[in-house]
Amino acid sequence: MPDAMGFFTDTTVCIGCKACEVACKEWNQLPAENGGIRELSGDSYDNTRRLDGIHWRHVRFIEQFKGPYDGRWLMMSDVCKHCVQAGCLEVCPTGAIIRTEFDTVVIQSDVCNGCRACIAACPFGVIDVNPVSGTAQKCTLCYDRLKVGLEPACSKACPTDSIQFGSIAELRARAQKRVDQLKAQGVDAHLYGADPTGPLGGLNSFYLLVDKDEVYGLPHKPQLPSRNLARSSSFSVASAAVLGILALVGLRKRRMDDMGGAGGRVGGGGPN
Amino acid sequence: MSDTFFSGAPHWTWFIILYFFVGGIAGGACFLAAILDWFGRTEDRPVVRTGYYVAAWGAILCGLLLTVDLGQPLRFWHMLVQSHNFPTIMFKAWSPISFGAWVVLSFGAFSVLSALGVMAEEGRIASPALRAMHRGALGKLVAGISALLGFSLAGYTGILLSVTNRPIWADSPWLGALFLASGASTGAATLILLAPGRGATERSLAWLSSFDTQALVVELLILVAFIVSLGSVNRVWLSSWGWGLVLLVGVVGLGILAPLRLHARRQPVANAARLVLLGGFLLRLATMFASEGIERYRVAAGM
Ligand code: SF4
Ligand code: SF4
Repeated sequence: MPDAMGFFTDTTVCIGCKACEVACKEWNQLPAENGGIRELSGDSYDNTRRLDGIHWRHVRFIEQFKGPYDGRWLMMSDVCKHCVQAGCLEVCPTGAIIRTEFDTVVIQSDVCNGCRACIAACPFGVIDVNPVSGTAQKCTLCYDRLKVGLEPACSKACPTDSIQFGSIAELRARAQKRVDQLKAQGVDAHLYGADPTGPLGGLNSFYLLVDKDEVYGLPHKPQLPSRNLARSSSFSVASAAVLGILALVGLRKRRMDDMGGAGGRVGGGGPN
Repeated sequence: MSDTFFSGAPHWTWFIILYFFVGGIAGGACFLAAILDWFGRTEDRPVVRTGYYVAAWGAILCGLLLTVDLGQPLRFWHMLVQSHNFPTIMFKAWSPISFGAWVVLSFGAFSVLSALGVMAEEGRIASPALRAMHRGALGKLVAGISALLGFSLAGYTGILLSVTNRPIWADSPWLGALFLASGASTGAATLILLAPGRGATERSLAWLSSFDTQALVVELLILVAFIVSLGSVNRVWLSSWGWGLVLLVGVVGLGILAPLRLHARRQPVANAARLVLLGGFLLRLATMFASEGIERYRVAAGM
């Protein structure tokens, strides 16, 4: 069994060149949106806007400007987090979503039937339907490349090494060193998803951030969808029981009324 | 702000809304039919028969709606059998959508059996053996199982929404109970409207209408618990002109309070029943679109 593999993305060195986005599209033969006619977002230099079935990488531009000379850009190449406890995998009813030998999470397109449960289950909004296949799609962490000993297309293309690929243990150690280095320089940096005891058992694609998680479009405490299962089911069973009892009490009352009205005899049609 | 605001919408829209609505009616009608089958009287048989027909046709319609909504409809069976490991069963008890696929299938099978029994009872199928079985212990057992599956169908649809990471749906554990109660009230309403055509007596209808009243009260209480349990997230819903209005005016006003008033005044039950059906539909509509319409990231990040 190979080591758990994944990405460490150091957002402080991302320059927003989108080489990763392009490399991903090329390698995975993902179609253009809208026949190649790109609609501009109109309020940001980020025109991809989101991850979906045909954008498995998305370089998020966070434009923090108070005035023309007072501000900064934050850039982050977003991707599936290959969660150690993955919500998408948990709910998928066809078994299309699997955990691979590299501890990554992959959707098998020939098994998926497009029910879309995984889209709502992912806490990060990673998955969407690819209109060409009619199935749910997302980053595979280049499973096909990993199988033959190649690194994923995006990290290979990244010119600043903002996206680093490797074994999770090694990446975590490297990431911690980088946080220490930045802190020594007075930058308030922290890691997101690097803690195996943290939310979702850690993320196999984790990040170094210099602002609040939410600013990067990342939930502070992502959770599994099944957290609601037990309570939701028991409330439903309880309401079914209440309705059942009400129905039976109603029938009993009707019978009592009949008996009263008929001087103690059972009235109406006899018991069935 | 809730962490659910970072997820993506699954595009569960019209087919799924209809599926949830029809599934609730079929499940509720089946439950009421089975209760009357077990504990009612001969005079209740028209309601029982109507209930099993509604359940069977509803289950078939549910299966169709669920299938056409898939991105790859011809692969619907991948939810039941492992496509790469034929014929091993595909079932995940902890995944409501997997559980639900099996519920729809088995509810369909059992309710169709009951409906066939009803056809024998009505003489539409000339089979004394089937008729005897249907009116005997076996028929009652089938009815009991259908009723349990029917309630599972009505309720799991809400649990399915809660077991996600979507805003509103996953922010409360009450949706399953709410859809179940709505299934009971809309099931009763459907029987009130359809059973007279099969010769239902006034007394059966009176019982249905009094049950409907109680189911509506239960539904209202659960709806309040649901909205309260959403905490600050409910503002996102209630303050929106569109779906907030549909919930407050359509579901609570027209779909619950108005029929309760009609029932209390003993006014024609059919009018109340129509309003209950409208409310049940709007409940699914507002619940689905209120969350479907929320764009990821932007709300929470204030971007
Ligand atoms: S980030 Fe979303 S799509 Fe990726 S593994 Fe986690 S739950 Fe699944
Ligand atoms: S859309 Fe496909 S991958 Fe996603 S849950 Fe459904 S079957 Fe599984």
